[in-house]
Amino acid sequence: MLRRTAMFATTAAAIALAAGSVSAQARVQIDFWHGLTQPLGGMLEQIAADFNASQTKYQVNASFKGAYPETMVAAIAAFRAGNSPHVVQMFEVGTATMMAARGAVKPLHELLAETGVQIDFNDYLPGVRGYYSLVDGRIMSMPFNSSTTITFYNKDAFRKAGLDPEKPPTTWAETRKAAQQIRATNAAPCGLTTAWPTWAQIEQFSSLHNVPLATKANGLEGMDTELRINSPLHVRHLQTLIDMTKEGSFKYGGRDGAGDALFASGECAIIHASSGFRARALREVPGGAANVGFAFLPHYEDAIATPRNSIIGGASFWTLQKGPNQPRSKDEFQGIAEFYRFMSQPAVAAKWHTDTGFLPVRKTAFEQVRTTGYYQQNPGADIPVRQMLERGDTTPNTMGLRLGNMPQIRVVMQEEIERALQGQITAQQALDAAVQRGNQILRDFERANR
Amino acid sequence: MRRRVIFDDKLLPYLLLAPQIAVTIVFFFWPAAQAIHQSTLLQDPFGMRQQFVGLENFQAVLADPNYLGAIRVTAIFSISVTVLAMAPALLFAAMADRHIRGATTYKTLLIWPYAVAPAVAAVLWLFIFHPSIGVLGRALNAAGIVWNYHLDGEQALGLVIFASAWKQVSYNFLFFLAGLQSIPKSVLEAASIDGASATRRFWTVVFPLLSPTTFFLLVVNVVYAFFDTFGTIDALTKGGPGTSTVTLIYRVYVDGNANLNLGQSAAQSVILMAIVIALTAIQFRYIERKVHY
Repeated sequence: MLRRTAMFATTAAAIALAAGSVSAQARVQIDFWHGLTQPLGGMLEQIAADFNASQTKYQVNASFKGAYPETMVAAIAAFRAGNSPHVVQMFEVGTATMMAARGAVKPLHELLAETGVQIDFNDYLPGVRGYYSLVDGRIMSMPFNSSTTITFYNKDAFRKAGLDPEKPPTTWAETRKAAQQIRATNAAPCGLTTAWPTWAQIEQFSSLHNVPLATKANGLEGMDTELRINSPLHVRHLQTLIDMTKEGSFKYGGRDGAGDALFASGECAIIHASSGFRARALREVPGGAANVGFAFLPHYEDAIATPRNSIIGGASFWTLQKGPNQPRSKDEFQGIAEFYRFMSQPAVAAKWHTDTGFLPVRKTAFEQVRTTGYYQQNPGADIPVRQMLERGDTTPNTMGLRLGNMPQIRVVMQEEIERALQGQITAQQALDAAVQRGNQILRDFERANR
Repeated sequence: MRRRVIFDDKLLPYLLLAPQIAVTIVFFFWPAAQAIHQSTLLQDPFGMRQQFVGLENFQAVLADPNYLGAIRVTAIFSISVTVLAMAPALLFAAMADRHIRGATTYKTLLIWPYAVAPAVAAVLWLFIFHPSIGVLGRALNAAGIVWNYHLDGEQALGLVIFASAWKQVSYNFLFFLAGLQSIPKSVLEAASIDGASATRRFWTVVFPLLSPTTFFLLVVNVVYAFFDTFGTIDALTKGGPGTSTVTLIYRVYVDGNANLNLGQSAAQSVILMAIVIALTAIQFRYIERKVHY
């Protein structure tokens, strides 16, 4: 008996010793999946590498898992298999799905409270903070790469058409007139196009004009939200695009980011695209950086005198549990929180902003960049953040969107818009159909997440 | 007296079959059963909450006018792809089977497209036919023909049909060529001596003798058109414009993988499974009768 106890004690001591020496050497592994292609992906992975070099306790392993939708699907599948990454980058339209995933997601405010890590979210742009927070202000995910939609225009085409290259159109009437003039003078084969048709022409359009995209503050206040995109103003705007398609001043470039190519090749003189398109535009548009102008998105002046802020796109970081009913350890959570704190530093945010064209998500980062004179050397680089910040306080229509199954709703909107642009149905019919089909999707989501 | 070839041991045949049966169960029956089970559930994407909803998913799918539209698109798409993938393959095989200079080179080149992944094939077609960056797309527009498959449903459907068929021509070519080479020379020579022209020899001798290959390829091509083409569609048109290139399998993919609506996606794949089983049964019941083995 005594011998057995002694043996047991020795073994236990040996195990404890081994464990001790292992924990001293091995770092806590944090898996981090992202959805950014090169060169952005490399820049993001560099931030993870910098974090690893800055301390010795945690090791963040960043890996690319395909575009945002694929990353989302991969993370969800991994979660179901009990093998999910600690941190996953999720595009903004997946926000409602993630927020509804109780038990799968570790809310950021809980994570920070439990680990004692502090991040000053009051310093974040309100439009960014609000997008990823509950209505009561508790933040759910870690904002990082945020973009918004702005106007890009080709100064060369403006000159050829007899337009002032330093005075871009600010309203839809001016935009249409400029596009017509570009076509009439054959300054470019195409006047206006758009990337991300629903994001730019419906979602941002609603925010700028301070009209609801959906009830319940665009879904922020509850899952029982309904689409409102068949309002007279929305119908009027789609009708404008239909008319411009017919007269040849607007060219539909395809879904998602497909329209970018039309501006990058110099074919279209004006585009509404993501601010993250900046780097590509400067590199690819014939004539280079001197030839690309930046402007705010246009508005209908009789619908709103001074437009409101645009909303964000991009992605944020979500903390995932290991799997269904498999919570993570304290150490892992601590490491995740430290990683977030590292990423939130104004210097990191500022570098990301100037390197990529994404928004400076923190006000101090914006100030830092401003004092360096960056915006004087790079005219127009501050257009996106000014469109977010200089438009007064956000309203329930301009805080952001939180619609369940938003990616699916976007597809529905695009399908109906394409039908209208082909002339198969009218603008009113298209948006009515989008509302009806979209509401069905919202109800399905509500039911599945009750 | 005839020698009877039967096993005395009842167990042995099952043991010999066991590996094949195991593979079939693990890779076919089990997933199919899971799909049927999932089609009766309403789940959140993470699988944290689920409820049994009976046939509601089927009801929702079949009540959707866009689903009926997808059935129509699938019919046009599958018939066109099958015809366009098989007819040129047969023609090429008949040509390559003759004694011509550089036959091996032709054969090799004709087989190449099969090695191209669907998404890559779609990107190749994109660079040819994209209205702004595609070589041919730009030429068409420059020649005054309005070519923009982003906004013209018929052009879009035509494009995905051609791209999908093109990829399958190689596969069919290979089988047709093998089929042609296995036709006994003596039969063809006899027909020649009887004075049959090349065309007549083809239709009365070669084509019937080729029918087992043709029938096999018909089944394979229909299955290909039904199941293996969503990658091409996704890379080229994403189902647009409107829903004019949304086929049944593409919808299963989008609803399940992008929209994470697992219940309805599973219901659709069960319906699709039923359609393909029925089609294959019809093919074996009616067309196989005309096949000479």
